[in-house]
Amino acid sequence: MITFAIGLSIVLLLVILFLMFRIGTLASIFRGSSQRAAGTTKTSNKVNGVLLLLFLIVGGVVFAWSFSDSWDQMNQPLASVHGAWTDELFWITMVVIGIVFVITQILLFFYSYKYQHKDDKRAYYYPHNNKLEIVWTMIPAVVMALLVFAGWKTWSNITSAAPEDSVVIEVMGKQFSWLVRYPGADGKLGEANVQYIDATNEMGVNFSDPNSMDDFMPREIHVPKGKPVLLKIRSRDVIHSVFLPHFRLKMDAVPGMPTKFWFVPSKTTAEMRSETGNPEFNYELACTEICGRGHFAMRYILVVDEPEEYEEWMAAQSPFIEQNPQLLTKFATDSKNQVVLEKSAEEVKTEL
Amino acid sequence: MSSTDISINKDVHHAHEEHDHHHDQNFFEKYIFSQDHKVIAKQFLFAGIFWGFVGGFLSVIFRLQLGWPEATFTFLEPILGGWIVNGKLDPEFYLALVTMHGTIMVFFVLTAGLSGTFSNFLIPLQIGARDMASGFMNMLSFWIFFMASVVMFISLFLSTGPAGGGWTVYPPLSALPQAISGSGTGMTLWLVSMALFIVSQLLGGVNYITTVINLRTKGMSMTKLPLTIWAFFLTAILGLLSFPVLFSAALLLIFDRSFGTSFYLSDIYIAGEALSNTGGSAILFQHLFWFLGHPEVYIVILPTFGIVSEVIATNSRKPIFGYRAMIGSLLGISLLSFVVWAHHMFVTGMNPFLGSVFMFLTLIIAVPSAVKVFNWLATLWRGNIRFTAAMMFAIAFVSLFISGGLTGIILGNSSLDIMLHDTYFVIAHFHLVMGAAAFFGMFCGIYHWFPKMFGRMMDEKLGYVHFWFTFLSAYLVFMPMHYLGIAGFPRRYYSWTGFNAFNMFADMNSFISIAAILGFTAQIIFLFNFVYSIFKGRRATANPWHSNTLEWTTPVNPGHGNWPGEIPTVYRWPYDYSKPGAVEDYIPQHVPFSQTQSSNLPHERDLE
Repeated sequence: MITFAIGLSIVLLLVILFLMFRIGTLASIFRGSSQRAAGTTKTSNKVNGVLLLLFLIVGGVVFAWSFSDSWDQMNQPLASVHGAWTDELFWITMVVIGIVFVITQILLFFYSYKYQHKDDKRAYYYPHNNKLEIVWTMIPAVVMALLVFAGWKTWSNITSAAPEDSVVIEVMGKQFSWLVRYPGADGKLGEANVQYIDATNEMGVNFSDPNSMDDFMPREIHVPKGKPVLLKIRSRDVIHSVFLPHFRLKMDAVPGMPTKFWFVPSKTTAEMRSETGNPEFNYELACTEICGRGHFAMRYILVVDEPEEYEEWMAAQSPFIEQNPQLLTKFATDSKNQVVLEKSAEEVKTEL
Repeated sequence: MSSTDISINKDVHHAHEEHDHHHDQNFFEKYIFSQDHKVIAKQFLFAGIFWGFVGGFLSVIFRLQLGWPEATFTFLEPILGGWIVNGKLDPEFYLALVTMHGTIMVFFVLTAGLSGTFSNFLIPLQIGARDMASGFMNMLSFWIFFMASVVMFISLFLSTGPAGGGWTVYPPLSALPQAISGSGTGMTLWLVSMALFIVSQLLGGVNYITTVINLRTKGMSMTKLPLTIWAFFLTAILGLLSFPVLFSAALLLIFDRSFGTSFYLSDIYIAGEALSNTGGSAILFQHLFWFLGHPEVYIVILPTFGIVSEVIATNSRKPIFGYRAMIGSLLGISLLSFVVWAHHMFVTGMNPFLGSVFMFLTLIIAVPSAVKVFNWLATLWRGNIRFTAAMMFAIAFVSLFISGGLTGIILGNSSLDIMLHDTYFVIAHFHLVMGAAAFFGMFCGIYHWFPKMFGRMMDEKLGYVHFWFTFLSAYLVFMPMHYLGIAGFPRRYYSWTGFNAFNMFADMNSFISIAAILGFTAQIIFLFNFVYSIFKGRRATANPWHSNTLEWTTPVNPGHGNWPGEIPTVYRWPYDYSKPGAVEDYIPQHVPFSQTQSSNLPHERDLE
């Protein structure tokens, strides 16, 4: 019954709209406005001109208000050294394009309003002006050159080689979670290959490699504040992307092609909790490359510690192989026939 | 032998005589398997509008999910059936929705629907030709596109869903059915459809290029062409050079999917087993894809540059400012569009040095784009502007193009792209600059050339209503998305509520969804106006906008061959509006200088 009533009222509404449309059309024929050249009718022109101007003014005010109202929410708390550079460059660029945005939009709507059709007027025949063209080619070119230069400098700083003493962490994407491995006391990650993956050994670490013996796989990433951290990123199935919004960090995880990104965390989790006033605050790792059903749920926690706390945490971790000693026997029997074959390939792969 | 003679005659001089003998075309020859460029253009237009509504509808469904992630959508069960599980949208279906929305809008609406309609319709009419260089190839182009459409449409109804790996179909996700159900039959159909689509584009493109080069009427030199033709011409060249690369990318993907090759696959463990593929590069696909993909966004936007330039000049009653600079910037953009593709790949692990190079090349594109905007503004300045519906869309196009284009300067900067890549900032950017803007350009073209297509006028008042709702909702949808993007909201997320970092802006998302639904509903006004006006619209005069270009010298309903008699000769450029000394404020291209002695400029006196 209700659906019928809704349906009926929609039909009635459409009929009314259609009748209004017909009446409007007929009225315009009587008024003779349909005899005039299209787009020269007085009322239509006036209404549209005023609406354009209103759109500029009201739209501009609403945009400015909503922008400032959302300001706190859109600025994610910042917790890395390079993030400060990119944030600064971002807002400088925003100011530059903001100025251009305001000027051009004002000119566009204002000209449209001001030069709307008048019967007694004629447009100004002005086909070209080479001087003007050169001026407004050169100005954007110079501005672009400056922005390119600033961007290039920042980019090469961010992508430069990681310092020797970086904390190395391996992050691996899979459908639909992240796996993390630390190199342990020796500072070296043991070699790995997808062929070794099974239900226990999810990262495919080769446990006949001595470097693997002290590797450990924690449930959260811990990194020390103020020290360079090098993420070695890979994926074992489809492309994922490591995204740490608070660190302004993003790098794809590509199967078959290890990638990397290094950064220096500048605020501990505890500091950030007191700064944001949110005791639940945590740094989060998200996936930003479409990877399937669970793409939106690949969450992982990253904790920034003071260096001393970090050392304590490190010391408390026990190597993966100690927790799963059965893997050793498996590798003892398997290793002869497999490893020899694939050794050369793996060496290339684990080297970054 | 005789058949060859006939075809030569038909193409050159005696087309109208031929035409007189062929009044007995049956329904199929005339409307279905027609070789007339005007009919083919309308076929592309109808197909484009159909796909536009499909693509828009898909976006409304996923906007419902994003706007109200906690709500249950049992009322959608009658339409979506098994894709609603316990009132919730299936996450894989959500991905399929965004994938198909992107594919349909970019390729089927804004490439085929836009270029297919306006290149086909306007090239012969504006250069003064009887028809395209090859009417038969032109017909094939549409019907192969139609086949591509059918295949893509069928894929929407598969039980495993259509392709779901994003419109960019990056492998390995798109190569492995184990990874997502859409990569099964859905992806196969996607690839088949796109292969057909590319063939259709190439057939069309070759035709457009050949026609523009060879079939211009007497006096129509390249520097007397309307900017629309320049834009369509360069668009066709871009398509011809870049679509084959997508074809090869798709071909290799087919090989990887079906024949066990490893072009894109390496070191993969999925669904409990390690695959034997080794040595492939997932990044290779991205390079190939974006080698098409970036020119593709210019394939979408260039035709609208042309349309908007033409409409702004006509309705400002002024010559387009800097005609040669406009052509130059079109050429510059076309050239540069081939060397910027890797700016989509700054954070894929590509060598950072390449990132620097592509950042430099990308930001150069801002210069010709800025020149175009300044020239449009200068054209409006001291004009005598007629606010036709088409003109409203043209003005709004410039506004949207500025808003969306400027953020390209940010995204093209590799160090800023680190934070913004694959976030809603990107969504906002490209929807404004090549989505909404291109749609506005398309509407602009439809409102402007509707009288030539159907011999009747669209209702201007309804056009204004349609315009204002669409314009308003375009900004209301995409401006707030910048905020989400700056906060890092990742795209293609089914919901953000699982993350503390992304748990704000819930109201903003509902707001965006409401605006999107408003925008979609407004298109029904357009559809009504369009269909109603075809049958009942006011009858058009031969030149309702007082325009200079050649198509308005044809009869109100041009027949096969376009001009009943001789094709007019062209004497002047198409932008002699409001020339001082002239009687009317427009002098069409076919009027010789000898008839306009009062308005001729000093250098034109020699041509009298």
